[in-house]
Parts: sequence; C-alpha cells; structure tokens
Amino acid sequence: MNAVAVEGVWKFYGDFPALRDIRLAAGQGACLALIGRNGAGKTTLLRTIAGFSRPGRGKILIQGGSPRETETRRRIGFIGHGISVYDELSAMENLTLYARLYHLPDPRARALEWLARTGLERVRDGLVREFSRGMRQRLAVARAFLHEPSVLLLDEPFTALDDRAIAVLQTLLRQALAEGKTIVMSTHQLREALELSSHVALLERGKVVFDGPCTPEMAADPGLVYARYGEA
Amino acid sequence: MGFLRAALVVMAKDLRAELRTKEAVNGALAFAVVILLLFSFAFDPEADTTKALSGGLLWIVFAFAGTLVLNRSFARELPNDCLDALIAAPISGAALFLGKALANYVLVLAVEAISLPVFGIFYNVHWTNQLPELLLVLGLGTWALTIIGTIFSALTVNIRLREIMLPMLTYPILVPALMAAMRLTMDLVAGNAIGPETLPWLKMLIGFDVAYTAVSLFLVETVLVG
Repeated sequence: MNAVAVEGVWKFYGDFPALRDIRLAAGQGACLALIGRNGAGKTTLLRTIAGFSRPGRGKILIQGGSPRETETRRRIGFIGHGISVYDELSAMENLTLYARLYHLPDPRARALEWLARTGLERVRDGLVREFSRGMRQRLAVARAFLHEPSVLLLDEPFTALDDRAIAVLQTLLRQALAEGKTIVMSTHQLREALELSSHVALLERGKVVFDGPCTPEMAADPGLVYARYGEA
Repeated sequence: MGFLRAALVVMAKDLRAELRTKEAVNGALAFAVVILLLFSFAFDPEADTTKALSGGLLWIVFAFAGTLVLNRSFARELPNDCLDALIAAPISGAALFLGKALANYVLVLAVEAISLPVFGIFYNVHWTNQLPELLLVLGLGTWALTIIGTIFSALTVNIRLREIMLPMLTYPILVPALMAAMRLTMDLVAGNAIGPETLPWLKMLIGFDVAYTAVSLFLVETVLVG
C-alpha cells in the first residue's frame, strides 16, 4: 500500500482547473519532490493532499485513509507557507497547545523535548511575537514534527529559512526518511530537495508532465528535469 | 480526542490569546459604553418611553459590540496561517467551532457584564429587579448572537471585507432571537417576571439556540473545508 496515493484528482476554482487528472504515489519511506514553476499547482495539490480542501474529482488516500479522517490526520505533519504558531502565545504554550490537540501523552514533556531539539529551550517562555524570523521558523518545524507524523507534507519548506533552520530541517527530514516516514514536498530550492528525494514529479499548468525516480544526474544538475521534460 | 476536551483546548487557547492582546474585548467594551452614553443624551432617562425602549436599546448595543468580538474569532487564525494547523489537527470541525463559540460566549458575556451596570446608571433602570430571569435571558440571547456570529465568522474569514460582511449576514438571521430577547428584557427590567404572555418568547429563544447550534455544528466542516 502506498503511503500517499493521488488518484485522478481534479481541482477547480470556478471553471478553472487548477489540478488536472493528477495521478501520483509515494511509497513508505519515499521522498517525493513536487517541482514546477509558480502557478503550476504544487501548493494546491499539497493542500488537497493534506485535506484542507476537497478535490473536485478523484481520490486521495493517506496510508489507505481519507485525509479528512481523524485517524489519518494524526499521521500527517504539514508545513505550509505560514508558520502556524500564535504570536501572542509563548513557544511552550504553542507546542503544548498542539500536543493537546493531537492528544499526546504528557504534552508539556513533549513540547520541552521539541524545544530542545530545535534549539529553543532557552526562550521557551518568550512570546513568539518577540522571536527572530529564524526562531519562528524553527518553532514551526517543531510544531509540524511534534506528534511524530508518518507522512510529512511540506510546501516549500526551505524557502526563507536561515542557515540554522535549514540545518535543523534537513537533519529532521533525513532522520524521518531513515525511520521509514514518507515525505511529499513542493519546492523551488531544487538542490536541497533533490538531495533528499527518491522521486520527482514535475507539474505544469495543473498536470503532471514527468513522474519518476530521482537520478544522480538530476541531483547533480537540478535544472535537468525542466530542460528535459518541461515546456520551453 | 474527546469532542468536548478538544473544544475546551481551543476555547482556552482563544481566551488566553485574547487576554494577552485584549484587542476584541477593549474595542467592544469601549464601543458599548460610548453608545450607551450617546443614547442617554438622546433620550430622557426619566421618561416612560425610554424605559419601555431600554430592553431593545440594550440588545442593539450588545449585538453591535458583540460583532466586534465575533469578527476577531476566526480572523485571529489568519496571521501565520494558524487555521491550517487547526484544520490539520485530528479534531472535528465541530469541536473547533464549539471551542471558538465558547470562547466568544465568555468574551461577549464579559462585555455585557460591564455594560449592564453602566446601562442601569445612564438610563435610571433598576435592572436587578428580576435578576435570575434576566441572567437567563442574557445567557440565551448571547448564545444566539455567539453561535450565529461564530459560524459566519468562519464563513467570511477569507473574505476581504469580512468586517462589513459579518454584520450584514448575522443580523437578519438574528432577528427572531433579538426580538425575543428584547421583549423579555423590556419586561424584566420593568420588574415583571416571565409570565404566560412572555413565555412563548422564551421558548422561541431556546428553540432558536438549539436549532442554530445543531445546524452550525453540522455545517461547520463544510464551511471550513468545502
């Protein structure tokens, strides 16, 4: 069974098809990089996979279940364009909140563990609005990994990260892959993404125009996929 | 996760965030007091007509001030895309909605609790004459305002003109509940207990609360996810 299966998915905004008959799969332990120009449909696809909106047609399965099922959502970790933490709460309060929403045992201990893993334990009681951009991003990473999801959906995870946050995220993603977790990420940072990826899918105008394994030559020359399979 | 427990976690988060910023409560409270003050200049507090109108006046103030609180409810989730994380969490949309509605209920009641004595002073109304029954009507009327305001706050969260859209959508639907609450409040502040004449209004208010709470809990998942 595939960890993530996208079966003939269409998504419409009014009459405009943002996604057109998308068929993709990622097995357990795979890392699928979704690449494509701005407006190709990467974010729409990831948000639909995450269950933030329903597909117009087709079906999405995460480890065999619909993304809107409560049990399935427990297994998904999502990092989107926003950091999804509250400015008016402290780092500790934010992580404890999400630990409670995910019904984790001992939410405070779990929050402390992830504050330590992301290097934020010294500022745990500081309000997020007082944090630097890099600290906020690390907190966002902690929030997404807190419940130890088995499927990670990451929308341009490396964009606007500082060096330390990139290092933290890459370490966590490598660890996740080593533990057999599945990653689907959209990205413009091809070099960082292709270093981790086992598969690549190129989207153009809402359609998958290439879907295959990530080869060493792709990782060495990130522009290759666009040059070979993309539109001129 | 238990439905009620999830709702309480969301409620606690919203209350904590509001207590830190006091954005909604301060605005709503200032608005309520200013409107009560301005109306007290327009009407003679000693006149019988003013006393007869006072229940209606009070609910108009509560409805307008309440909208300021309700507008912030889902809008609070927009900075940093926090709504995504809540929708992604393994809790039902209904639990998320109920948590937000409960937090709004507490905040609107807090505004009302401060406005009520101000109303008593400015309009020379002995509002404590039928206090337990008045509190019941306030509780039921405020729940009606809260439940409708919260569901439309969810519906309008991504609309650019949501501050305008929320009252435009909320007030027409609230008319039956506001009519009942106004009529009951008028009688209660005049010192009359709820009797056979006003009991149907109370039943209507209870029916409104039950019906719209059920409909909102049923619809909220579609409102949030489509």
